[in-house]
Amino acid sequence: MVEAYLRQSPLSQLALPSRAVSEAGDAGVVMSERPFRRIVNLRGDPKSDAFLSAAKSTLGADLPLAPNSAAAGKDTSLLWLGPDEWWAISEDNTPPLADKLRDALSGQHTSVTDAGEGYTCIAVSGPKAIDTLAKGCTLDFHDSVFAPGSCAQSDMAKAAVVFHRLEGETPSFEIYVRSSFAEYLWRWIEDAAGEYGIAVTG
Amino acid sequence: MLEINCPYCGPRFETEFSYGGEAHIERPKDSENLSDEEWGEYVFMNSNTKGVFLERWVHTSGCRRWFNVARDTVSYKILAVYETGTEPPELDLRKDV
Amino acid sequence: MPARFRLTEGGRIDRSNPISFTFNGKVYQGFEGDTLASALLANGVHLVGRSFKYHRPRGIMSAGAEEANALIQVGEGARTDPNLRATQIELVDGLTASSQNCWPSVEFDVSIVNNLASRLIPSGFYYKTFMWPASLWMTYEKVIRNAAGLGKAPEGPDPDSYDRTFAHCDVLVVGAGPTGLAAALSAGRSGARVILSEQEATLGGSLQSEPNLEIEGKPALEWVEAARAELEGLENVRLLTRTQTYGYFDHNFIGLMENLTDHLKEKPANLPRHRLWKLRAKQVVIATGSIERPLVFSDNDRPGIMLASACRTYLNRYGVKPGSKAVLFTNNDGAYAAALDMHKAGIHVAAIVDLRANSEGPLTEAARDAGLRILTDHAIIATAGDKRVKAVQVAPLSADGESARGGGEKIDCDLVAVSGGWNPTVHLHSQSRGKILFDDSHACFVPGDSAQASTVAGACNGSFGLGGCLSEGHDAGLAAAKAVGFDGKGSASAPSAEDRDFLPARWLWLVPGDKPLGHGGKHFVDVQNDVTAADLHLALREGYRSIEHVKRYTTTGMGTDQGKTSNVNAIAIVSQYFGCPIPDVGVTTFRPPYTPVTFGVFAGRDIGDLLDPARKTPMHALHEQAGAAFEDVGQWKRPWYFPHDGEDMHQAVNREVRACRDSVGVMDASTLGKIDIQGKDAAEFLNRIYTNAWLKLKISSCRYGLMLGENGMVMDDGVTSRLGENHFLMTTTSGNAAPVLAHLEEYLQTEWPELEVYLTSVTEQFATVSIAGPNARKLLAELTDDIDLSAEAFPFMTFRQGRVAGIPARVFRISFTGDLSYEINVPASYGAALWQAIMNTGEKYAITPYGTEAMHVLRAEKGFIIVGQDTDGSVTPIDLGMDWIVSKTKDFVGRRSLYRADMDKPDRKQLVGLLTDAPDTVLPEGAQLVEKIETGPTMAMLGHVTSSYHSPNCERSIAMALIKGGRARMGQKLYSPQADGKVITCSVSDVVFYDKEGERTRG
Repeated sequence: MVEAYLRQSPLSQLALPSRAVSEAGDAGVVMSERPFRRIVNLRGDPKSDAFLSAAKSTLGADLPLAPNSAAAGKDTSLLWLGPDEWWAISEDNTPPLADKLRDALSGQHTSVTDAGEGYTCIAVSGPKAIDTLAKGCTLDFHDSVFAPGSCAQSDMAKAAVVFHRLEGETPSFEIYVRSSFAEYLWRWIEDAAGEYGIAVTG
Repeated sequence: MLEINCPYCGPRFETEFSYGGEAHIERPKDSENLSDEEWGEYVFMNSNTKGVFLERWVHTSGCRRWFNVARDTVSYKILAVYETGTEPPELDLRKDV
Repeated sequence: MPARFRLTEGGRIDRSNPISFTFNGKVYQGFEGDTLASALLANGVHLVGRSFKYHRPRGIMSAGAEEANALIQVGEGARTDPNLRATQIELVDGLTASSQNCWPSVEFDVSIVNNLASRLIPSGFYYKTFMWPASLWMTYEKVIRNAAGLGKAPEGPDPDSYDRTFAHCDVLVVGAGPTGLAAALSAGRSGARVILSEQEATLGGSLQSEPNLEIEGKPALEWVEAARAELEGLENVRLLTRTQTYGYFDHNFIGLMENLTDHLKEKPANLPRHRLWKLRAKQVVIATGSIERPLVFSDNDRPGIMLASACRTYLNRYGVKPGSKAVLFTNNDGAYAAALDMHKAGIHVAAIVDLRANSEGPLTEAARDAGLRILTDHAIIATAGDKRVKAVQVAPLSADGESARGGGEKIDCDLVAVSGGWNPTVHLHSQSRGKILFDDSHACFVPGDSAQASTVAGACNGSFGLGGCLSEGHDAGLAAAKAVGFDGKGSASAPSAEDRDFLPARWLWLVPGDKPLGHGGKHFVDVQNDVTAADLHLALREGYRSIEHVKRYTTTGMGTDQGKTSNVNAIAIVSQYFGCPIPDVGVTTFRPPYTPVTFGVFAGRDIGDLLDPARKTPMHALHEQAGAAFEDVGQWKRPWYFPHDGEDMHQAVNREVRACRDSVGVMDASTLGKIDIQGKDAAEFLNRIYTNAWLKLKISSCRYGLMLGENGMVMDDGVTSRLGENHFLMTTTSGNAAPVLAHLEEYLQTEWPELEVYLTSVTEQFATVSIAGPNARKLLAELTDDIDLSAEAFPFMTFRQGRVAGIPARVFRISFTGDLSYEINVPASYGAALWQAIMNTGEKYAITPYGTEAMHVLRAEKGFIIVGQDTDGSVTPIDLGMDWIVSKTKDFVGRRSLYRADMDKPDRKQLVGLLTDAPDTVLPEGAQLVEKIETGPTMAMLGHVTSSYHSPNCERSIAMALIKGGRARMGQKLYSPQADGKVITCSVSDVVFYDKEGERTRG
């Protein structure tokens, strides 16, 4: 394998590590980049037991079938993207999932596609995270509608994104954005959060 | 701005969707046998209904699914959403318009 | 120094907090809590502006959003706003404001001659004058532009920032008067998510102008304070003060504008000035109250003539005496409260002029008891005073109220308080497409059925008594919460208060003057647009019938105030003219915004760099370092060319083009759209989408495809590769990736759901580097050791997997330049590393990065089309001469359209090459072509140039063009007349200019 240091994240030009602080202090919004995640795009028929059980055995958890919901598998987050589409997200240091899924699902009408290289993840959290996201997205992020564990495909500013709200009392979101839009979106969110105070963490 | 209830993702703002024109127009399978007029009718001519209109939308920013909507083109009220390939629900057109 | 007309006590201003401000260059003092209007009145300043058309002196007529006269320019230089209502501008230390629409000053305005010439400026003046002769328009326009216009535009870019946000709630309550507060309390207590919006800084609405009202047995403002405290304590309630709910759109989508910093002396750097709220509310309670209606009488526009309710507001809320000697002119009992308040505050009430034949009612009696002079069945028939009213002429009315009996009596005064009844503020309800009905007893328009999930409550609903407002508000809030699933437990009963209406009243829409209408004395209906009752009558005499047409012709109800005080009077005067009931005339449409909205909030932060996404490839930073000039392709930033020091674009492009034919060039092709296609029917799907055949494409092979719309026109093109039996990778043009995926999904889901195919966009999964030129193979060989690059092992239009520069890669042997070329796809995060490795290794071949311009030249040399440049949505494959790619044996999208009779016409535009007679002349792209030069402005045009370049490899200019019947014109001379009068002569040629046999590509 080629040297990992040759890899560049889509936000590498913003030199975020040089701005990173360890404590967020009284910042209303905390932001960071979580790059290089593996994302496997999985398509299949949720009415097919064979599909669901093969997916479960590989992923270590049931695929979430409720709209806009996420689930935790073994080393993976499973995000519902549509009635027959999911993301299985895992960290870079875990074994690749795509081939295992392809093997488990062979012969079925499914599709397994690596997609992680095309995205980066921008984490936005803090007491003012929801107010910040509301500036760029039409979704209702209120607890009663978009509780921790929710996910959704939508638009943030003028970029198509996938939101995943993490567990926790303080609102905490991961926003998956196509790499080419990442710089624009980061700067847009940072501008939107300006009135609340921002901290960048590593 | 309309709020459209995607049959798969739930209610979302209109900006997440794209419009697809009149619903329930099937692409002719025997286009060879159609006259130019008949083919032109299929490609170019949609109804322009005042009242309840059955139309197609796609959830572009969400699940990318196409689906059908029964919408009153006067009040913009959405009376029903239903999946592609299914029949529209029974609507009392006189009452709903 | 305390202002002369400030009361020593009373009002909700903070006398311990004096504020200095400047108006028309003069420094004045006010207090915290003042508006600009109240502070000006406290200083005795009544003349604040000049009217739009006649430049008549104008004063402050109201105390709220309805102000149509006192439009003020606030601020200077770049930070300035025109047309702000003095009645809504919160006083802030250092505020600089000035009158507008006057020159050289508000005290002496030269355009006042318009007033003397007013009979020459009738309604429809603009229509009539400027229809003919057209040549004079230029002259008129200059004069009008100097004399007219409302306010000045800022002189520089706006230094402030603006915010926009989406929001959601269960219940939006608009207006925090008694009705809105009661609604917000009952809905908030139920647990619903509530937003309460209020245009002012403080809550309470009309209660702030009332000295004596009680709610729940305590002073009304104490109840307001308790309500505020309770609402602020509820987590599910958000209070938005200084927020104008300006528009009600479809599906309960509401526009609000919040003002965050205009009232602050020191503007916090992190705060936006204004915020636009784009709100989706499940339920809306409209509690916007009502606006007092003026009376239409002769010369009713002088400074010092104001609404009776405004007098009460200035007295009770701001502790300001709007005059010293007042006349109240009313048609109803309710307005007597103003006379009583003025009397109590020490203003001499010279007379109450009451249009009613029998003056009665509880407040009338109280005024009688106080010994005030009441002139029953009387009218003001004339007024006097230039920059301030100084007297009124009062006369008894004839029995029918249509004329005055005798010359009457002159009464000196410096203040006329006017009340013609009340109009519910039905704007939002009407914007929501709710019905509007006429309430005969109150002579006003009231809301009918709602068209959306909304209710109207309180004065806005025609309930003018406090008790009724509170109970309607309470019920509306509760019902709204229930409608969204909150049961209303924990909600108390409605707050109680006395209920009293402003009736009885007499409706006399056009008060007679001392002279016939239109012969001296102006009965203003719309003061902002200077529309008089005589103007309305003229329009009706000229044949206008629809109220919408009358509005446009006379301009009544237009302008920044949108007729808040004038519309009903105008409609009533029209109905009287026709002798029909008011509802038969109808109402004009209420349009958003309710009050003007700052442009800045609509842009929000989508300005400058954030206006639109700048999509960047993984190698973007390297291109920047290399000094690339960039071109926008869709939202992508693509290197356009890479100039060396001292090179212009032309020189740089020539160098890049030559390098790709002589040695090797390298291009960032990452922006090409890529769609992953999987499923057992994938090949069949492609077969139906593309014009050519796909079933037999071998694995590891690539094929060029052309995609049409169902109308037969070219939509996109690109190379698709077969990765496996049931697995393909499609490429699309850079700008078209999303539309193509949408096109594919549409057919897959709606026409062919039986096909087992899944589509996934993988555009950004890969970084793509294209190397082109005779040395491309040698270069690539140095970077890979597991791919056999020999022509036999790796032929044209195939791909191989392996490692390039140590990075896992898929290498495609395809070519858009017509030279030996490879496209190397690697995981996107390695894109920069691959680019650098290629640049380093390529040094010995003088590797040359090339941009989109060189690519365009290279492909044009080969006659390859660019969809969107050489096609425009009206071009078929046949027009392009690409019949070879159109299958005759299968159906595909758009096929049937190619067989329409129209497609056979000999004069369809066809793609051909053009060679200029002078080899150095490059035809401009878009240039029109003709068969012969004709005299006169028009010539018979044959078509236009779609692509045109200097070709260094052909050593001459080359062009592609769409020409009527082009392929039958080979060798024919055509002419291209230019804007400068010159004519470029050229001849039609084949579209392939270089390496016609394609030896280089397959080499």
